[in-house]
Amino acid sequence: MDSKAVGNEIQKIAGELFRDDKIDVFIGFERATVPLKSRPCFIGKDEDGRIENLVWDSFCTNNLAAFLQKYFENEPNRRKKREKPYPRIGVSVKGCDTRSVVALVKERQVIRENVVLVGIPCQGMIDRRKVQEKVGTAEIVSHRETDDGTLEITTTDGKTRTFKKEEIMQSACIDCRYPMPEGTDFLLEGEAKEPGDGGYGQIEAFEKKPLEERWAYFEKEMSKCIRCNACRQACPTCWCKECFADHTDLKWIGVGNHISDAMIFQIIRVFHQAGRCVECDACYNACPMGIDLRFLTKKIVKDVDELFQYVPDFDVESTPPLATFSEQDKDTFITDPEKG
Amino acid sequence: MENTENWEPKIVAFLCNWCSYAGADLAGVSRLQYGPNVRIIRVPCSARINPQFVIKALQNGADGVLVSGCHPGDCHYISGNLVARRKFALTKKLLEYIGIEPERVQFSWVSASEGGRFAALMNRVIDDVKRVGPAKKLVKEL
Repeated sequence: MDSKAVGNEIQKIAGELFRDDKIDVFIGFERATVPLKSRPCFIGKDEDGRIENLVWDSFCTNNLAAFLQKYFENEPNRRKKREKPYPRIGVSVKGCDTRSVVALVKERQVIRENVVLVGIPCQGMIDRRKVQEKVGTAEIVSHRETDDGTLEITTTDGKTRTFKKEEIMQSACIDCRYPMPEGTDFLLEGEAKEPGDGGYGQIEAFEKKPLEERWAYFEKEMSKCIRCNACRQACPTCWCKECFADHTDLKWIGVGNHISDAMIFQIIRVFHQAGRCVECDACYNACPMGIDLRFLTKKIVKDVDELFQYVPDFDVESTPPLATFSEQDKDTFITDPEKG
Repeated sequence: MENTENWEPKIVAFLCNWCSYAGADLAGVSRLQYGPNVRIIRVPCSARINPQFVIKALQNGADGVLVSGCHPGDCHYISGNLVARRKFALTKKLLEYIGIEPERVQFSWVSASEGGRFAALMNRVIDDVKRVGPAKKLVKEL
């Protein structure tokens, strides 16, 4: 199915869901005003006319699960009962979005019964930074995507260039192991891209570098950080109402621009993603400074997988790794003064 | 300027109330000798240790951090140290990955009856940290 047909199919399903009074809001993508972008759009019950704005292309990079949690704040088992019922939400989801929704359902931040997932077999998304890198300094004014997997770019100097999708695909999508959503309420027809290998090789290569080289790279990347917290906001599993970075008493992260504060913010942010990160690269895409956050998120995913044999997949029943333990967990990192 | 000739490391040790802290007590009562570089912070259980504590200690100028709790299976709260072990394994790997010397952040198990082990552990950690020198990374110097 080509992207236009997918878009039409999403519109049809969203329209039907509204007509049958199954949802109150639909979250999908619409065309943005700038090229190489599609932006999340929120369609309410009385805005049926906007349904035809819904599109699907290779720029639907945002992880839409990030918006779900806000609708379900004030959980039912808290002291005060909510007066209005929770809204019912339709969402178009890729493989990574689905896994994030599953993670949120497990953490009781999203009520699965109130969410209608429209699964879309993911062909991989295009990284606009990779495109810009290839184009150079020229500004891109428009793009056109063809169904045979090429992207046509027009720049301000009037030139037109075409790229194969494989060469400009997001790194996250190249490595993605779960492009096909599972357990969704609707699943569109079509083929997903070939599953990747998870990309652990990149992390292993980095691990083999000497200590000082690793530190130099980390320092270089973190020195770019302006602490805008976009990575946190874009992440579907960063849902704490009070983030440790916002604490004032005890102040974990200083307000100045000292690099150690940026470093600690990232270390802890990534640590908090252990067993929850689905490697959607929403943080990486949101970063205005282009910091390589992938080398951190991928590391924690790899460690959780290797140490606890856990990958956040489509299984709602499995227990998150840091919420449980095993007596067989390895003790190899423990310092034993009686041994050398 | 810091005197690097006679530099002595500062080590923060987070010890669980029920085993490691009692182990430290026993080492003291038994008059066992170990380096004076350790600042002990008593916590209810090793599971109380948030990795943020460890990182914050490094930022605030600790040259080394030690976290110690009961041996697996001996936890006063049944499974606290087993939950903690998972966090520690990830913390240790992540910090080493970004380029913090593995000697700086160490985890261990010491029971209440192991005064000797505690003293040996302290000397071991002090030696390790002395070998890698004063902390420069992550430290916030204003």
